Amino acid sequence: MAKITLSKLRHSYLSNPRSDSDYALKEIDLDWNDGGAYALLGPSGCGKSTLLNIISGLLVPSEGQILFDGKDVTRLPPDQRNIAQVFQFPVIYDTMTVYDNLAFPLRNRGRDEATVEKRVMAIAEMLEVTEMLHQKAAGLSPDNKQKISMGRGLVREDVNVVMFDEPLTVIDPHLKWKLRSKLKELHQRVRATMIYVTHDQTEALTFADQVVVMQQGEVVQIGTPVELFERPTHTFVGHFIGSPGMNILPCTVDGDARIEGHPIPLEGPLRDTGSGQLTGRTEIGIRPEFVALNDTGLPATVTKVSDVGRHIVVECSCLGHKVNAVIEGAAPEKGAEVHLDFRKEQTRLYVDGWLATEPEQNA
Amino acid sequence: MKTENQKAWFFVLPVLLLVAFNALIPMMTVVNYSVQETFGDNVFFWQGLDWFEQILRSDRFHAALGRQFLFTFLILVIEVPLGIAIALSMPRKGIWVPVCLVLMALPMLIPWNVVGAMWNIFTLPDIGLLGYFLNHTLGLNYDMTQDPIAAWVTIVTMDVWHWTSLVVLLSYAGLVSIPDAYYQAAKIDGASNWSVFRYIQLPKMKTVLTIAILLRFMDSFNIYTEPFVLTGGGPGNSTTLLSIDLVKIALGQFDLGPAAAMSLIYFAITLLVSWLFYTLMTKDDLN
Repeated sequence: MAKITLSKLRHSYLSNPRSDSDYALKEIDLDWNDGGAYALLGPSGCGKSTLLNIISGLLVPSEGQILFDGKDVTRLPPDQRNIAQVFQFPVIYDTMTVYDNLAFPLRNRGRDEATVEKRVMAIAEMLEVTEMLHQKAAGLSPDNKQKISMGRGLVREDVNVVMFDEPLTVIDPHLKWKLRSKLKELHQRVRATMIYVTHDQTEALTFADQVVVMQQGEVVQIGTPVELFERPTHTFVGHFIGSPGMNILPCTVDGDARIEGHPIPLEGPLRDTGSGQLTGRTEIGIRPEFVALNDTGLPATVTKVSDVGRHIVVECSCLGHKVNAVIEGAAPEKGAEVHLDFRKEQTRLYVDGWLATEPEQNA
Repeated sequence: MKTENQKAWFFVLPVLLLVAFNALIPMMTVVNYSVQETFGDNVFFWQGLDWFEQILRSDRFHAALGRQFLFTFLILVIEVPLGIAIALSMPRKGIWVPVCLVLMALPMLIPWNVVGAMWNIFTLPDIGLLGYFLNHTLGLNYDMTQDPIAAWVTIVTMDVWHWTSLVVLLSYAGLVSIPDAYYQAAKIDGASNWSVFRYIQLPKMKTVLTIAILLRFMDSFNIYTEPFVLTGGGPGNSTTLLSIDLVKIALGQFDLGPAAAMSLIYFAITLLVSWLFYTLMTKDDLN
């Protein structure tokens, strides 16, 4: 097990990249602590699989270094890095039994049969596949196949990191939940560093202690699920996490922030940007959960009401912008005139997409 | 309530007719000949199973059958591993893929009798490119019209040249269908090249290989045109395979009864061996 450090990592699939847009990964500096449960979250094509393949050694980055416990492994092939990877589609060796599948990585490394048996039995028990050990792996159901792929990763005691590349894609919905909690449980038992790549926020937020959100080859935010929800550092994170995503409304800033002339109180002072001057595109960001329908506030018209079960999502047209509010209890009629009240501590200002306000200091 | 509807039979009728004309009726004619003796004029004498007994006891048939099995065995043993090896070394992506595929397909596009004629000229000792090279440059004594070994080497080489591509193309199709994740997982699991072949590539190629082996078995076991054009069964009877012998009996000697009996035995052997191959190669899939 090891601490993994990515230092000034850049990667391009082109042989001589010129501009920033030629890079699939743009300058990544990250530390993954030993034994942590991480998720790498982002839309398709954001570079998360590229990053994963660089860590596993299937890809050599154009620039930068990967360190395992301070040792440079940038150019080491996968089998010498002691890592494990679980792929989108379950990879199993069809002609072998489940037992032989699980034993394969150990046998390839020349472990004696007694050790192999001990490890395979332990892992099989953990994954609850003991009674299948002597079946041909080809005949298993997809979720069991995926369990075996995971097992092949966990069977080696000394793995530095186990990586999951959207492992639940081909699993039936009702088994996803089961397998996901199994994963969480496994992490608590084996305490190996785990990196879970996904574009599904639910998967990321339930699995990980720390979520790394990526967009267009860049890391936009690293934080706990709560941090990502409450203080997205970029409007992209606000949009991407949450259902529905954060409301982003263009505003003007001149002493105070105003949407179409209406002053909006912000959570706190603007972050010191150095120049003291505010330039660029300014927007107000507020989560629908913190928008209330009240007697006072911004005037709005209800355009759509959807009952999603636990709560009600009210879509309004407010000063020409679309604003979502999540409320509980009685819902207004469609077409009703309402007033929207933004909770002050949760109202943030974004400049060119990046968070520009800080919470009130003395509170 | 289930209604009985017999109309469906009308829809299969055209196929039944077609099969009747191209398989059943010719086959029954052969069966008809195999149990009778005729001297022309549509006069037939009942012969029972005499022809079958005669063929099965004949040394000539045993010799031709032996040569046939030897030929098929040799070409399978050469073409299957060679085909897999070529498929493995072909590029999986890039501009060379279509080039390789076309090069591979070329021999198969040439008509069979042309292949025979090509190799005939190619191996002529004094003017053929290969024949001249072997005899005059390397100083070997190579003449397939005189030497049975040379004749065998030539027909086997010709078949390998002509048909290895089929194994290559089918194996290649199996190989490219393997997702990258398998190779990546194998790398991470520390698998050797041999393990990758044994546990990933070979199992994934198995279905298409089964088809390739069956096709190569049936085609080589029934081969006629190429050896007929190339050696005509000679020198002596050394390359007289079953089909060539059959034609000699039927059209050369006009022994229609024995020839018909031999055809049926020939057919039964082909069917039996194909069935054996298929059962052996797919028996793992059942459980």
